[in-house]
Amino acid sequence: MKTWVYIDHFKGEVQVASWEALGLGKSLGAVTAIVLGSGVDAVAKAAFEYGADEVIVVDDASLADYRAEPFASTFSALASSSTPDLILLPTTARTRELSAMCAVDLNSGVLTDVSALSVDGDKVTVTRPIYEGKVLEKTVCNAKPQFVTLRGRAFPKPAQEAGRTGAVTKAEAKADVKSSVEGYSATEAAVNIGDAAVIVSGGRGVSNNPSLGDEKAAAEKGFALLGELAGLLGGAVGASRAAVDGGFITYAHQVGQTGKVVAPDLYIACGISGAIQHLVGMRNAKLIVAINKDAEAPIFKQARFGVVGDLFAVVPALTVALRKRLGK
Amino acid sequence: MKIIACIKQVPDSEAKVKAENGQVTWGDAPLVINPFDEYAVEGALQQKEANGGTVTALCIGPETAREALKHALAMGADEAILVSDPALNDIDSVGAARVLAAAINKIGGADMVMFGRQTLDNGAGVTPPQTARVLGWPMLGWVGQIKVDAGSVQVERVLEEGRQTVKANLPAVLSIVQSIGEPRYPSFMGIRKASKAAIPVWSVAELGVSVPAAVVTRVEISNPPTAETVCEIIAGETPEAIAETLADKILAEKVL
Ligand SMILES: Cc1cc2nc3c(=O)[nH]c(=O)nc-3n(C[C@H](O)[C@H](O)[C@H](O)COP(=O)(O)OP(=O)(O)OC[C@H]3O[C@@H](n4cnc5c(N)ncnc54)[C@H](O)[C@@H]3O)c2cc1C
Ligand SMILES: Nc1ncnc2c1ncn2[C@@H]1O[C@H](COP(=O)(O)O)[C@@H](O)[C@H]1O
Repeated sequence: MKTWVYIDHFKGEVQVASWEALGLGKSLGAVTAIVLGSGVDAVAKAAFEYGADEVIVVDDASLADYRAEPFASTFSALASSSTPDLILLPTTARTRELSAMCAVDLNSGVLTDVSALSVDGDKVTVTRPIYEGKVLEKTVCNAKPQFVTLRGRAFPKPAQEAGRTGAVTKAEAKADVKSSVEGYSATEAAVNIGDAAVIVSGGRGVSNNPSLGDEKAAAEKGFALLGELAGLLGGAVGASRAAVDGGFITYAHQVGQTGKVVAPDLYIACGISGAIQHLVGMRNAKLIVAINKDAEAPIFKQARFGVVGDLFAVVPALTVALRKRLGK
Repeated sequence: MKIIACIKQVPDSEAKVKAENGQVTWGDAPLVINPFDEYAVEGALQQKEANGGTVTALCIGPETAREALKHALAMGADEAILVSDPALNDIDSVGAARVLAAAINKIGGADMVMFGRQTLDNGAGVTPPQTARVLGWPMLGWVGQIKVDAGSVQVERVLEEGRQTVKANLPAVLSIVQSIGEPRYPSFMGIRKASKAAIPVWSVAELGVSVPAAVVTRVEISNPPTAETVCEIIAGETPEAIAETLADKILAEKVL
């Protein structure tokens, strides 16, 4: 089976799930990594260190800013001349688009957000959660190349082997410009809750502390407390939709049906009631801890450990207690 | 300005969906417009208000999907079209994109076609870029803000890495996210109008395309393993005492 792995990155910063895809690819045999962008030598180098046997690089100024069309046309051209059987990608907003378009170009199909994969001869069967994870489906793609985007953290990340190298093949970009990037707002720091091993998440409760002033002021302090705990644990801050709608934190942090589906090792839900639309986004976390004032909150039905109490008191105390134990 | 909003009907997110005898079932839970597609309709209506024009809601689905289209009409869409054909029961997303593109062409094209980000049932998020590809139009995904100006559109894309401003010529395909604003509730007048609206049903033959063969096929469905979690409530005299116990419990789980 000829397997390719697409290394998804944002301006050179690689989505960790790309390495998970490389690890999975390696378990099936030799792997070619594909890197598209501008000034991406470091990405190609890292791809070897995470296990790629060969790296095809398209380094072109026209690929500096990700846009669906030039990336898709370049990738489709590569795939139609080298005919891989299986193309693995991490699941991101970019790769959903890229693989979807290439599947049209190449008369094939795409299986997104895959949580398990098995190979029998040259037949690939994947498992993907559907209906918000309420049901699992096994599907196959009866054409080649088959595009499979992998759910983040569903497959182990391989160890990085410093200094490991291999042959780089350079290829050409294919021009297909249909839009232009006019700018970027720097107001939002890079957040990728999909990659995080620990998520400390806040809901409307984070804005509920009248002693700190109005809701907005309380939420600012509350999310700072959550950020401290997340920082200590090397994790990220998540949020419920109520917190996002309240303007307390940006949409990129939102967990749930209309936000992001996450599966960290540890999810600490603070001041989140546990509406179904939130639960579908986090119930696959390995360990769920809930901190909520209301003993009846549905979030406790999903949690392994619960604290009935005020997050403004419990979260900082937990940070102190964990810092002591982790020796940081 | 001619705007088309592509919508799908799905079981309500509160529905207890499960696999039973090789079928997906949701009991008597209601079918609703895919929640993400409400943002598409909302975005379309906002653009109609800003620039004038019409909004057409378009859906591929069974007869029952009329109800989802009526929701779009009640929100304020001007017309609705249902593409319904038993031959389309097993199409995959590329097939759906080809059929949607054919329907868009039969409608007479559009300036903008708006999609939801993904469906609740399939959850793939691939139909919008695939439709854009079939049409050969620019794809602007995950859009939270739209500004149209003389034949071009500038959008703000809400991405994990920040907000990206992108410009493209019309016609274009957009997928819309929550930042566009809360979808409006159907008005009383809107509901009345929708209940009386005639919704044309188009078959594949009427679209002048052949039924796309499905490349992606489902071979099995199952229920995820149910892990019965029993919540252990950590109590204590003070928040500090609680935190000490909780910290020990978390570390004992070896997730850090
Ligand atoms: C179509 C659709 C899509 C949706 N998508 C999403 C989604 O993607 N993600 C999502 O999260 N929601 C989503 N929702 C919204 C969801 O239904 C809930 O409204 C939302 O999750 C509630 O957020 P919350 O738990 O923060 O707020 P609330 O339900 O208001 O709960 C706040 C909780 O905080 C507790 N609390 C208050 N003060 C404190 C304190 N000081 N200390 C500790 N606890 C405190 C309260 O006891 C309460 O349980 C969606 C809804 C719809 C209809
Ligand atoms: N059967 C359909 N009819 C009309 N639009 C659809 C249909 N299926 C998907 N879409 C649109 O494509 C988006 C993404 O769907 P999906 O790729 O299935 O996640 C949805 O939010 C809808 O806007």
